[in-house]
Amino acid sequence: MARPRKRKEIFALGNEAVVEGALLAGCSFYGGYPITPSSEIMEIMAARLPLIKDGVFIQLEDEIASMGAIIGASLAGRKVLTATSGPGFSLMQENLGYAIMAETPMVLVNVMRGGPSTGLPTSPAQGDVQQARWGTHGDHPIIVLSASNVQECLDMTITAFNMAEKYRTPVILLLDEVTAHTREKIAIPNQGEFEVFSRTVPSMPPEWYKPYEETVRGVPPMPPLGSGYRFHVTGLTHDRNGFPTQRPEEIVELMERIHRKIDQFFYDIQLVDTIDTADADVVVIAYGSVARSAELAVRQARENGVRAGLLKLKTLFPYPRRQTEKVLAHARTLVVPEMNMGQMSREVKRVNMGRASVRTINRIDGQIVTPSEILKVIMQG
Amino acid sequence: MSEITGNEIIHQYLRHNKKFPHVLCAGCGHGIVLGTLIRSIHTLGIPKDDVVIVAGIGCSGRLAVYVDFNTVHTTHGRALTFATGIKMASPRLNVICIMGDGDALSIGGNHLIHAARRNIGVTALILNNNIYGMTGGQSSPATPEGATTMTNPYGQLDASFDTVALARGAGANYVARGTVFHVKRLEGIMEEAISRPGFSVVEAITPCHTQYGRKNRYKTPVDMYKWLKKAAVPIERFEEMTEEQRRDRLPIGVFVAEDRPGFEERYLALQAQMRAKGGK
Repeated sequence: MARPRKRKEIFALGNEAVVEGALLAGCSFYGGYPITPSSEIMEIMAARLPLIKDGVFIQLEDEIASMGAIIGASLAGRKVLTATSGPGFSLMQENLGYAIMAETPMVLVNVMRGGPSTGLPTSPAQGDVQQARWGTHGDHPIIVLSASNVQECLDMTITAFNMAEKYRTPVILLLDEVTAHTREKIAIPNQGEFEVFSRTVPSMPPEWYKPYEETVRGVPPMPPLGSGYRFHVTGLTHDRNGFPTQRPEEIVELMERIHRKIDQFFYDIQLVDTIDTADADVVVIAYGSVARSAELAVRQARENGVRAGLLKLKTLFPYPRRQTEKVLAHARTLVVPEMNMGQMSREVKRVNMGRASVRTINRIDGQIVTPSEILKVIMQG
Repeated sequence: MSEITGNEIIHQYLRHNKKFPHVLCAGCGHGIVLGTLIRSIHTLGIPKDDVVIVAGIGCSGRLAVYVDFNTVHTTHGRALTFATGIKMASPRLNVICIMGDGDALSIGGNHLIHAARRNIGVTALILNNNIYGMTGGQSSPATPEGATTMTNPYGQLDASFDTVALARGAGANYVARGTVFHVKRLEGIMEEAISRPGFSVVEAITPCHTQYGRKNRYKTPVDMYKWLKKAAVPIERFEEMTEEQRRDRLPIGVFVAEDRPGFEERYLALQAQMRAKGGK
């Protein structure tokens, strides 16, 4: 048996790890506009992409243009990435809705900063959780992922690309400044050690092809522009042929399908890590850099005789409901620390439905949530 | 073999599975512009699969629905950004961007100047009817000073944008203006715009009697076409006119015609150079 190749280890920033992950996943197109604290992603892409076969890097005039360009490139068959931060994310919302409606795969990294408005440019915050879920108008499904350390920045970027391609949808990766700007040793996996999913292209003759047809998975195949499958792409509510429609049954069919294609694959999409949750009375639910503080707090609580556990959310939306249900079977208390006024604790409370007591820890001062802060709340039971 | 008539060409390029009738008003000039676009693509012999029509929002944005190319109907004002992504991802494609005057000059003004600065190999076709048609007749950046619209019932105070001067100033490779009254000339312009490298801007003046004309002395479509006939003068003649004669006249023709390489060409050249130096 061949010995597995040793993984290359590097000392990298979270933002740098995102680039490594994207390139490993097959990303060949970056369009963006610089904004702190996400800019390193763009800068490293600017250096790397021109060295890669078919790699395209383009700096656009604003975030709106960035989204337009990557959607266009995705329609032309590329795996695409953009990165931004709060205010830029706000500008991207309209075209994000377009990408959802036109079922265009893309990965959008938002390194969150404090807000509203220009807010706190280089301080950590987790203020865009609900914007990621509901920022664009209309009813829509969305996949939002997060990462809590540098290795996860790489791994979750690959996951984000795979989900985008598998479900023909934009995937948002939410990072916070601590994760994006921490430098840690990470291992770069070798090709073949991880799954790389690319969108399904149609195999039928072009005249049979219906671009928004119902399929078993709810995800229609997607040919690149110019490959002989001529069809219409629009942000308007459309029928199976892609043409605008106002017929109630066609509207409902489209809306139900785009929701169903995400919801029914919750076991693939809703990713969490658990630490000591099996018997925990007190469960901390955290994500991003806060989950690292929470991990230490949970270990210290165990040493102090409290049965504490951590449910670390790697997927924020669709909210990991089943995994939360599992801990609710025995938890007396849920603790939700986050760097905002309580954007994820809303989801936790919604699933909890009054069963356990939910305690929130909210920092909005541009400072990290410390382990001792979390420990204090855990020890209160 | 008998000569192919205009109608037969059109039928080759329309989508017969799309439910007609179309959304345009009787007398609208947009169909004429679409006709010149289709005939110029036909004349140039570009295969349907190699054409991508990217359109914005509004009456002009809907043109993409009816033609049998790769068509992308985008968000308001952003058509050029989608077109830029498509061209960079697949430089072999002929990317043609259809926009209205509100689309291209107001909400999309920033993208227009940057597409021109970048000289991206896209053909921008701006259908200028001086008004926001589909939203009900509000003023656009191309509404003439003094004209009446739903949002300036007492007359437009702002000056009107000169698309040609804007595109030229921002660095477009090819800039031309035509009207739907001067169809043959417009068709020639379109062919040249599509064939040139870099960013091409074609402003097609197309009348909207429904929203603009009836509030501004042009009661019928015929009145509007008569106005186009009278107002438009070839740029060569316009330049010889006195200031007095130029008033209310609209120069048409080709204003800029260069052959500078498009952004995608320059990018590919840079990439080849970088990879030769030791890329992967």
